[in-house]
Amino acid sequence: MYGFEPTDEQNMLIDAVRRYAEKDLRAAGHDADEAGEFPPGLIEKGWELGVLQASIPEAYGGFGERSAVTGVLAAEEMAWGDMAAALAVMTPATYAMPLLLAGTEEQKRNLLPPVIEGEWQPYTAAFIEPDFDFYAGEMRTQAMPSNGGYKLTGTKAMVPYADQAQGLIVYAACEGRTQAFVVPAQAVGMRVEGREALLGLGALPLFRVQLEDVEVTGDSRLGGAQGHDPNPLLAAASVAVAGLAVGLSRGALEYAIAYTKDRIVFGTPVAQKQSIAFGLAEMSIEIEAIRLLVWEAAWLLDAGKDASRAAYLALTGAGDMAMMVTDRAVQYLGGHGYIREHPVERWMRNGRGVPAFPGLAMV
Amino acid sequence: MISFEMPEKVQHTVNLMTMVAENMMRPVARHYDDHEHEIPWDYINFMHDAAKQMGGGSFVPGSEKPRKEQAGDKPKPPPIGYQRLAYTAEILSWGDAGMYLCTPAGMLGAAAVAATGTPEQKQRFLTRFGGDKPVFDAMALTESHAGSAMPAEVRTSAVRDGEAWVLNGEKIFVTAGHKALVESQGFIVVWATIDPAAGRAGVRPFVIEAGTPGCQVTKLEHKLGIRASDTASVVLQDCRIPFENILGSPEVEKKTTEGFKGAMATFDASRPLVAASALGVARATLERLKELLEARGLVIRYGLPRSRLTNLERTD
Repeated sequence: MYGFEPTDEQNMLIDAVRRYAEKDLRAAGHDADEAGEFPPGLIEKGWELGVLQASIPEAYGGFGERSAVTGVLAAEEMAWGDMAAALAVMTPATYAMPLLLAGTEEQKRNLLPPVIEGEWQPYTAAFIEPDFDFYAGEMRTQAMPSNGGYKLTGTKAMVPYADQAQGLIVYAACEGRTQAFVVPAQAVGMRVEGREALLGLGALPLFRVQLEDVEVTGDSRLGGAQGHDPNPLLAAASVAVAGLAVGLSRGALEYAIAYTKDRIVFGTPVAQKQSIAFGLAEMSIEIEAIRLLVWEAAWLLDAGKDASRAAYLALTGAGDMAMMVTDRAVQYLGGHGYIREHPVERWMRNGRGVPAFPGLAMV
Repeated sequence: MISFEMPEKVQHTVNLMTMVAENMMRPVARHYDDHEHEIPWDYINFMHDAAKQMGGGSFVPGSEKPRKEQAGDKPKPPPIGYQRLAYTAEILSWGDAGMYLCTPAGMLGAAAVAATGTPEQKQRFLTRFGGDKPVFDAMALTESHAGSAMPAEVRTSAVRDGEAWVLNGEKIFVTAGHKALVESQGFIVVWATIDPAAGRAGVRPFVIEAGTPGCQVTKLEHKLGIRASDTASVVLQDCRIPFENILGSPEVEKKTTEGFKGAMATFDASRPLVAASALGVARATLERLKELLEARGLVIRYGLPRSRLTNLERTD
């Protein structure tokens, strides 16, 4: 049966996330971006909404079951508030979700409860690599079998909270497949370099990480000795970012509509100029269309079907959509769009990175 | 005759400015982008000295034709042509677009004086760029309620009081307004109406010099980019300026649209330079991209059919 209505439970969660996005994230976004850090308590408060905890079964410390659809609904609302903060709140999910999806029973029982029970903690993942031709299906970081375990070598970029990580999932090429490994904090051979200076996401602490012959045990590989099918993980990473992009873009569209309705030029509101009105309509169409793609990809994940193609389309479309929508929002504010008092230029800087962000979130 | 041959004089300027862009701008551009509102004095002083050695004066030609020299005048080189100016804007923006806008050489305000001023006014306001210290100028047109609808919707008013004009209003987005009014003995050109009922026919440009009481910089914007260049708000509160600081005709009875046309003429002069600046930024980006790709072993191939090109090669 087709349906486009969230359940009552999902609606309750959406409402709670929306309140947080509206009252807390929107209020903090500008100053956090300028200062390069979030105000105390902001991320913890988002964590307490329990989006991730509700995706993890009780046996592993949570209180629900994984739903990628619920995840993208929450992601949209949170990114509507602030993309950087949404990624910060979701950072532990980049550690927990791969474990849940690809871990052995033992890995899940041992490693999930410390992340899920209690406060937000900097459990993170090292996914992205600093290459223009980075492809998640063929990582340059290598995992070589060694003494019953693995040696990890390579360079990872944009690793959230790497400087204080309590544990990481590191993705590497292993026997021709992308595989995820659990790497403890302070692993020998792992060096956290300086903080990345990026166009956007100013408040989110992201680091370059060097791995040189980092030895991990055999049971660090998700799924154990045989490893795991990486496709559901890669799909979940793409879908999460696509969901965030929908929320970010919706925020930019709403802001542009409000501004152009209010701003009078040559005697009429800017929104009534056809070039602007048609442009706003196109922005709206793109957002609605990509949201449906995102929901469908998330639904495929939940149904246990192959979501790779849908996730790829959702992410590719979301990247183009976010760049178009946020860029136009800046343009439609005229010169004011270029001023940092208005949030649209920050949203444009964040939106510009969407194609590069997979791996920073997980549903 | 259509020709794409660069004149030798222009080539000489481009060579010189390329050295400036490479050595004076690129090494510090990141610093000034990271430190918004810090002024790149080293670059400014260097450009000022260099301009003086090259004959000084405004970036903007004083008039379309070289002025006849009067007896007793020191021999002067002809005014810098727009062609040379456009190339200069391009290469300096290739260095850094924000620092380029800090060049103490007579930009938008000077363009307004050049487009609408009398020979006496040009003499009075444009010669200062060749003085001992760097001087900046700015154009104050935008108001908070209107930008692209300017100058038809100017609300800033200028009322005649004997041998003076009294100006009241607020201007925003004044590029280099702070450097023109606070950091140098410069001036801004303010567009104000001498008859609000006359619409755009009542709009005139006025020169307000640094240090004039009643003219104050109240805010510097924090911007997405071009952060080395200040973008100021200027408040005029009973700001009295000499009668002869009006550019063009003081008569409104004629229902002239001279003021409006003057503003448009200023834009005619400045828009190609903004486009040249964009060319510089774009060229810098493309060159850097190719360098980075080549460092990764990816060289752009030319002459192949599209079906054999990679997407990067098609778009590069």
